[in-house]
Amino acid sequence: MSIETTKKFNIDTVENAVKTPDTELPWAELGLKRNEFDEIVKVLGRRPTGAELAMYSVMWSEHCSYKSSKNHLRQFGEKVTPEMKKDMLVGIGENAGVTNLGDGWAVTFKIESHNSPSFVEPYQGAATGIGGIVRDIISMGARPVAVMDPLRFGAIDHPDTARVMHGAVAGIGGYGNSLGLPNIGGEMVFDSVYQGNPLVNALAVGVMRHEDIRLANASGKGNKVVLFGARTGGDGIGGASVLASESFDDTKPSKRPAVQVGDPFAEKVLIECCLELFKGSLVEGIQDLGAAGISCATSELASNGDGGMAVELTSVLLRDPTLTPGEILMSESQERMMAVVTPENVEAFEAVMDKWAVEYAWLGEVTDSGRLIITWEGEVIVDVDPRTVAHDGPVYDRPFARPEWQDAVQADSFTGSVQDAGRPSAPAELAKAVTELVASPNMCSKSWITNQYDRYVGGNTSMAFPDDAGVVRVDEESGLGVALATDANGRYTYLDPYHGAQLALAEAYRNVATSGAVPMAVSDCLNFGSPEDPDVMWQLAEAIRGLSDACMVLGIPVTGGNVSLYNQTGTTPIHPSPVVAVLGKLDDVARRTPSGWREDGQAIYLLGTTAAELDGSEWANMRGHLGGQPPKVDLGAERALGEILINASRDGMIDSAHDLSEGGLAAALVESSLRYGVGARIALQDVLDRDGVDLFTALFSESQGRAVVGVPRSEEVRFTDMCTARGFAHTRIGVVDAASGTLEINDVAGLSLDALREAHEATLPKYFG
Amino acid sequence: MTELPLIGESIAVAVEPRLAGARIGVVTFPGTLDDRDAARAVRLAGGTAVELWHADTELGDVDAVVIPGGFSYGDYLRAGAIARFAPLMSRIIDAANSDAKLPVLGICNGFQILTESHLLPGSMIKNDHLKFMCRDQVLRVENSNTAWTLDYQAGQEITVPLKNQDGQYLADDKTLDALEAEGRVVFRYVGFNPNGSRRDIAGISNAAGNVVGLMPHPEHAVEAGFGPESLDGVGGSDTDGLGFFTSVLTKIVGGDK
Repeated sequence: MSIETTKKFNIDTVENAVKTPDTELPWAELGLKRNEFDEIVKVLGRRPTGAELAMYSVMWSEHCSYKSSKNHLRQFGEKVTPEMKKDMLVGIGENAGVTNLGDGWAVTFKIESHNSPSFVEPYQGAATGIGGIVRDIISMGARPVAVMDPLRFGAIDHPDTARVMHGAVAGIGGYGNSLGLPNIGGEMVFDSVYQGNPLVNALAVGVMRHEDIRLANASGKGNKVVLFGARTGGDGIGGASVLASESFDDTKPSKRPAVQVGDPFAEKVLIECCLELFKGSLVEGIQDLGAAGISCATSELASNGDGGMAVELTSVLLRDPTLTPGEILMSESQERMMAVVTPENVEAFEAVMDKWAVEYAWLGEVTDSGRLIITWEGEVIVDVDPRTVAHDGPVYDRPFARPEWQDAVQADSFTGSVQDAGRPSAPAELAKAVTELVASPNMCSKSWITNQYDRYVGGNTSMAFPDDAGVVRVDEESGLGVALATDANGRYTYLDPYHGAQLALAEAYRNVATSGAVPMAVSDCLNFGSPEDPDVMWQLAEAIRGLSDACMVLGIPVTGGNVSLYNQTGTTPIHPSPVVAVLGKLDDVARRTPSGWREDGQAIYLLGTTAAELDGSEWANMRGHLGGQPPKVDLGAERALGEILINASRDGMIDSAHDLSEGGLAAALVESSLRYGVGARIALQDVLDRDGVDLFTALFSESQGRAVVGVPRSEEVRFTDMCTARGFAHTRIGVVDAASGTLEINDVAGLSLDALREAHEATLPKYFG
Repeated sequence: MTELPLIGESIAVAVEPRLAGARIGVVTFPGTLDDRDAARAVRLAGGTAVELWHADTELGDVDAVVIPGGFSYGDYLRAGAIARFAPLMSRIIDAANSDAKLPVLGICNGFQILTESHLLPGSMIKNDHLKFMCRDQVLRVENSNTAWTLDYQAGQEITVPLKNQDGQYLADDKTLDALEAEGRVVFRYVGFNPNGSRRDIAGISNAAGNVVGLMPHPEHAVEAGFGPESLDGVGGSDTDGLGFFTSVLTKIVGGDK
């Protein structure tokens, strides 16, 4: 950065702000409301400088301040039992929560959204979504070990869906594969409600020794503040360009991208470089630069630490020398980190940077002034209490009310509706229905996507898609590992936000337990429409209330997450889509349970009971119906089922387990057969008699708290005794038939595995090539 | 030099103690991804893995070298084109061409670096379908006389993961004819050509057989519970790739197993 170019700016200093109280500032263009701007003036006791305005505007944005959801999100911190706290090492509020795994190990994970950038520029939007969440994990002192991606796109046959899908999947692969992080699962949903608002969420998980946990705070007067990684450029600035009026000339690059551009190589080097810093205990505090860039990093580090920091902004290494101070503060250029280093460690820090050829700039130091002071060539352009920027943003109690249409929607059950006419019942019709189900956009094989992701790198992947949960080994000596699953059902949540959110949690919990892991912690990504719409605000409030209540019953805490609002096109919001990630622990990943059966003659059991619950189901969706009540939530049953699956895995009583969720028993049976290409003979008469349902309902209902397991003959007595002792419904529904090459369900014949596989796998290639 | 497992402690391995005397270097460039995996494979085969850094100017005391997969320098230029100029690569090229014939294995990006270094002929371009592809790939071992394939039988089929973006092997017909005539096509894709490689070639060797490069990843098929059989259940086993590493170790320590 040469002095020559910086002199082009007419710098709005604090001194100038005091002298010119009446200067018009573009607060509205920066997204601030009148009351928010007035509040800033009140906090400062004067008008903000241009640079201060830039900082407040991004840090007080919905994305950074959670101003609409904060009042509701509190429940995640309040509804906490001692059981939920016992393994929590770091809770909500830091870059990501940290959970104790035992043996000195800790795990950190978090899920975030990168929705709107992924619609505007799918490749870079999705890529930088991975980059950002991975940096959150590094910031905690952890080595990232895996990623996952829940994806929601518009209608599969809409012309724009291919653009978003191709770009997002290639971006996730292009970035994630280059980092050496296995992609171990996620989701894929097509629904026209996401046409203009695709949901691209990204999850990352990392592990560390307890002593390596790092927090984002700047403590110790005199410690040095350093910015390292990629240079700061004009990408991701968005609204800040209105501050270009600070500039004397109009020759600067215009139309800078509001979407950040990722450089996975820089991130990979940054990961290794940070881990080397942690190993040498060379940083006191560390923070990644994501949304709101330097504004966020400086204000959060300072307010979480001793409260003071002095930074000289012209020291920032720039990619574009024409950037104004406000733009530098707001830039969301990727692959950057900020750290606090003691003077004694400066030399060692620089040696690590040099080894990895990472650029760095010493920006300033920690002070005890309680103020964040940012200078430009020595002139003060920011002088604020960092708390007011980072934590004391506005909080809104947005009005919310149960939508007027909600009752009518809930009264409109699928059963008996126009779309339910001609419900399949004859064997041939049912065979066709099962095939149609597993070929449908949401139930078809995702391998077209997952084969573009590296699931092997690292050598610790024990399970990945299409199994119920992704499983990664943490400790090669003991086999200790973690399991992860993400789930959401926008249709259920639309029908009933409180229970829909609980169903998302229940499914993720069930998926983790199905793998044999003990569920431990939750991270959520709350994707909703505009909070200024009372209907949407009610959905959000209900979903948070439901989720926090359910966490109490299941005994697992929310340790972090993110809220993504304004996902709507015009006045039409997306379905409320709380995506819930559950993390579990396996003492030895060798014990994990895969979702398919293999051994000929093994007994197949259905756990749980089936009711006529087709509202909001995949079957109803295929018929174009959405109404009624989602399946009933029974968290006690989920917990009981989880314990059975975990114990059975630990004691070697089951060889396969697959949870029942979207697509019901039909989907689960087909998936368990296709997993290893091994057929089965299924007889459901006992289930039909016990639960009082017909064969169609038994196959397509989405009743919760169910799983299908494969039990070795030698373990049958022990397994059924355990289920009986726990009072959990279990029915032997068939046997594995390795030689048959078919899935036979009662008198429904003609389900050859080859034909099912072809139907299952043909859908995505048909639409996306 | 010590070796660092990706996470956690190294797996304790009880293989033939005499193999532990063989030291296999694993090179790390900025952007290398599968270096720890390659080191684990060496260890699981019974050898001692030694970390090598691209900027090192000496090869040190190693008996063989693995150049692992990844995206060296981001591969924003042609894959492997920059890595080939690393100081350590000059040492590796010299040692591979010397009378001692240092065994060198290039996997994926390592293979690309070996062709860029002219230790192996031909070149890799983007997959014919233009996408990154991760799948379990059946390979036929065409030549079991190289330093890295002694423990296989000629004609044997093995399953190892394949994962790449630029895996389409390309060479002119004259080169391809010569490779085939000299038995230097070491591996071929069986059943499915995943990237459009000429003549289904998955891996080749130099004339002496000490330098081998291939696109698929044998180091991801070395441990029960973490290979193709466990992850995808496609048949084969989880450990079909271990033979690469036992081959070179046995050759180094000499004598029969």
